[in-house]
This record gives sequence, structure tokens and C-alpha cells, in this order.
Amino acid sequence: MLALDTQKEIAQLLSRYPIKRNALLPILHVVQKGNEGYLTPELLEEVAGICEVSQTHVEGVISFYTMYKLEKPGKFHLQVCTCVPCCLVGGEELLEHVEQQLDTHAGHTADDGVFSVEEVECLGACSYAPAVIINEDYHEQMNPEKLDRLMDELRTQGQAHA
Amino acid sequence: MLEETLILFRNIRNPDYDKSLKGYKKAGGLKALKQALEMQPDEIVQLTKDSGLRGRGGAGFPTGLKWSFMAKDTGKPTYLVCNADESEPGTCKDRELMLHDPHQFLEGMMISCLAIGCRHGYIYVRGEYWPSIKSLNAALQELYDDGILGKKLLGKGPKLDLTVHPGAGAYICGEETALLDSIEGKRGHPRVKPPFPAVSGFNACPTTVNNVETLTCLPFIVNEGAEAFKAFGPENNAGPHLISLSGHVNKPGVYEVRLDANLKDIIYDFGGGIPNGKQLKGVIPGGASSSVLTADEIDVTYSFDALAQAGTMMGSAAIMVFDEDTDVVKLLHRIVRFFSHESCGQCTPCREGTHWARMIIRDFLNGNGNEHKLKRLHRVGGNMMGTTVCALGDACGMPIQSFTTKFADEFRDVQALAA
Repeated sequence: MLALDTQKEIAQLLSRYPIKRNALLPILHVVQKGNEGYLTPELLEEVAGICEVSQTHVEGVISFYTMYKLEKPGKFHLQVCTCVPCCLVGGEELLEHVEQQLDTHAGHTADDGVFSVEEVECLGACSYAPAVIINEDYHEQMNPEKLDRLMDELRTQGQAHA
Repeated sequence: MLEETLILFRNIRNPDYDKSLKGYKKAGGLKALKQALEMQPDEIVQLTKDSGLRGRGGAGFPTGLKWSFMAKDTGKPTYLVCNADESEPGTCKDRELMLHDPHQFLEGMMISCLAIGCRHGYIYVRGEYWPSIKSLNAALQELYDDGILGKKLLGKGPKLDLTVHPGAGAYICGEETALLDSIEGKRGHPRVKPPFPAVSGFNACPTTVNNVETLTCLPFIVNEGAEAFKAFGPENNAGPHLISLSGHVNKPGVYEVRLDANLKDIIYDFGGGIPNGKQLKGVIPGGASSSVLTADEIDVTYSFDALAQAGTMMGSAAIMVFDEDTDVVKLLHRIVRFFSHESCGQCTPCREGTHWARMIIRDFLNGNGNEHKLKRLHRVGGNMMGTTVCALGDACGMPIQSFTTKFADEFRDVQALAA
């Protein structure tokens, strides 16, 4: 059962489109956000009902786009860009550094669920490369030292909330 | 010394600018919208045609002409969908407009809705751009609260609603028909054309898809007139243009230029040259899908037409600069890896070709390249071009063919080093 807030947001989204299926992508974002950043088969079924499409259709959609997750990400999800402009100015080295620091590989969760790391293609912050997204926020012109400091702060925050 | 023109960035470059609706009005905003409300839709379309405005998303198609293709009297609603799915590697100009001056862009969008008779416009923003989505939603809320949007535009015009629609991470959704599938709630697969969106677009209704920067040009065109807009830049390349400069330059950033600027000046004047006193090796002049230029080919006017003559394209005006130490084989691998990741999988030449090309380049990186494979790589690139539903095949083929032609010796060096 979806939380009341999520249901309200969904109703608001549905009111903006001529047909219910049109709101599928935004609804999936809202539902994912309300469930610690990932989707479950039960949630997909529920969304399918809301948008009046089959569950297979919803599964086809979430497997097409990179932002929908079927596994629980870390409290802080890092997307490190290694596309062309970021790669030219140290994106790859930044990813390697993060993997070393967290003793993990891209695509995995580390530090007891505080962090997860993902290697991503272009984030559209090319003139401010290299770029990292943590949850919803951009962090630009990063280097290993800046990222270490940021992650230390987040780690403290993450533990405080745990 | 090359200097910025300040039309689209007029407010953004002002350090005291307040991007709220109040601040935008104070800076002279919404005057054009009021004027557009007094005009007939056809007059706005004609004005835009006369201005010579060409789409800023990559293809450079004349905007007014695109609007004039909209099917009329179909009994169906018409839609304007703004393409804010900025995802061509190297491009980050639209986000500047959405983040730092959302009202200028939204005013342009409202004017464009009037031109094509749209009563509900959608802004398809790439899903990663949460900061831009928040900025636009806050701006839209102000417009609704102020009674500008809603039942009556500006309190006296037709009904107009605007909605921000987040994407979810797929480059291909920047292709306009894939974008339409995506906003309908499906996987983003480019459609076979015809029918074109102007006849059958969003939910099979007449639809125009325009880029953020394109729409942001509208307030200036309405305020100052078609001639003033045309006066910027050479013939057939009218108006100010935002370029995203990245890679090995001292001052990467987004700059506003006239299209008679020289690419070399853009790199050395705006970009401040190559860091650490290094030499330039090459430039990718118009997003990852454009053909590469070598260091001795950059003395060229940065315009749609001049770049096309130089055998490349302006695309989304994303300039990526690389220095003498750059491993070109690795760079091409990154580009091709991107397209291989982003291929929607619908057409065989692209789905298979991008993957094969990536495998062949990886052979070179692993020291297993040879002359035969270099030729095959070039051929695979060619086979993807013009053989697919959308332009992604071409977008991957162009860098492959240009890199393997212009930097063929570097591929040979890689294999010599390995041997």
C-alpha cells in the first residue's frame, strides 16, 4: 500500500495528462523515492493498476531507463560520470578512487549501506567536469580530495541518522 | 579578442539578477508575451520564419517552418513539447537557462504555445537534472500563483498549462519521436517517419518538439523584431548561440556567441587556451556525434554552414577540446561505448554495429589491433550510417569514420607499441 503522501502526489500527476499511461515515468519516480530509492514487484503491480497498463509494460519501461532500481541503493547513491568530457579531465581516476576508498566496485553498495556507486554516461555537466551526482545533487569540478571530504561529511550524517 | 554577445545570457551574466518572477519582470520580462497575445498565431509563425531562427537542439531546422507544418482543423488538441533532454555528450547549455533564468525560457515557451495553438505544453527534462526540474517547477508555481498561467493566459488570453515531465535516463529520448514515446509512458523508441509529429505526435495529436534554447530566443524576437535577430551572425545562421566548451581548456564553460566567431578564437579567447602549455591535438566541434577536427583544421567559422562545409557539424554546439597527450584510441572507445550503451536496440545496424565497433576498438587497446581490423572498424561505422530509423547510427558512425581516417596512424602506433 502506498503512503498517503505518495498517493496525493500521484493524483496530482495524473491530473496533468490526457491519459493515465502518460504519467507512468513521473509516477515511477515518486514511488521509487517513497521506497528508499528502489522498486519492488509489488510496487510495479500497483503502478500498473494506477496507470491502467499491464505489469509487463511497466517492467519493459523500467528496464529501458537507467534511473529505476530494483535493488536497494545506499543511503547516498553516487553516480560518477566517465563519459567523454569527464574522462578527459579525470573522471576515470575519480571512479577508481571511489572504488578504492569504499573497497567496492561500481554497481555495488558499500559501508553497510551508506554508499552505493554507479558508473554513468554523460550527466550533462560537461563544462564543469568531472561531475558526480549524489542522490539528487550535482557536485562539479571534483577531484579525489574534494570527494573524500564530501563523503566523510555524508558518512557522519548517514551514521547519525541510522 | 572575442567577446560574448549577451542576449540569452543578458540576465544570467548580471551578478545582481534575481531569477524569481519579480526579478524577471523588473528586468523587462513578459513584455514580449503581452505583445504576442495581441498578435494572431500566424503572425507569430511568420515573424519567427522571418527571423531565420534555426533549432538549437542539433539539427538546425528552421523553427517557424516547423511550426507551419502543424496539421490544422483536426479536431484534436495540439501540443508543444519542449525537448530539455540535454544528453549529447559535451552539451550543458540548456541547463544554464533552466537553472539560472527559468522565466525567460518559460516566456519563450508560452509565446510558442500561442503560435501553434497549444493549450497544454510539456517540458521533457532529462531525469538526472533534478536541480533544473526543481527550478522550473518553482518558476511555474510563481506563474500560476500570479494568474499568468492557468484558465486565462495573463488573465485575458486562452487557457494555458505547462507541465514539467522528468525523463529517466536514456540518451535516445532526446530524439524527438523517442521523446514522444517516452512522454506517452513507453520505452523510448524512435518512430518511423512519416507521419511526422506535426501530424501525429503526442498521443497521436499534432505536436511540435522544440529545444529549450530555441524557445528562449522568442522573447527577443518578439520584442526587437525579426530583423534585429537576423542581424546577429552571418546569413542563414541568425541569432545568438550558446556553446558548451569542455575538455582541455583553461576556462571551460557555457558562452554566448555570434555565429561568425572563429572556432580557434572560441578555444583560445573564451577557453583561455590549452592547460599546462600543451599543444592542441584535436577538437570535437558539435557533440560526440560530430566528426573530429585535427589541430590544423580549427581555423573555421563556427556556424551551421561553415562547419558543414568543413565536413563536420555544429550539432548541439558542444565543443570538446583534447591536447597532444590524449590517447585518441581510448577517446574513440569512450565515444563508441556511449552510443553502444544508449542504442535503443530497435535497428540491427545500430544495436550490433555500435557493439562490434566497441569490441574492435577494445582489441586495439588490448594490443590486438591490425590493419585489417582498422579497415573493418571504418566499414562498420559506414554501415551504420543511413540504415537506421533514427540518427543514432549516423551519430556513432561519424566519429568512427573521422577518427579512423584522421588519426589512423595512432591506431597503428597502439598496435606497434603492443608488438
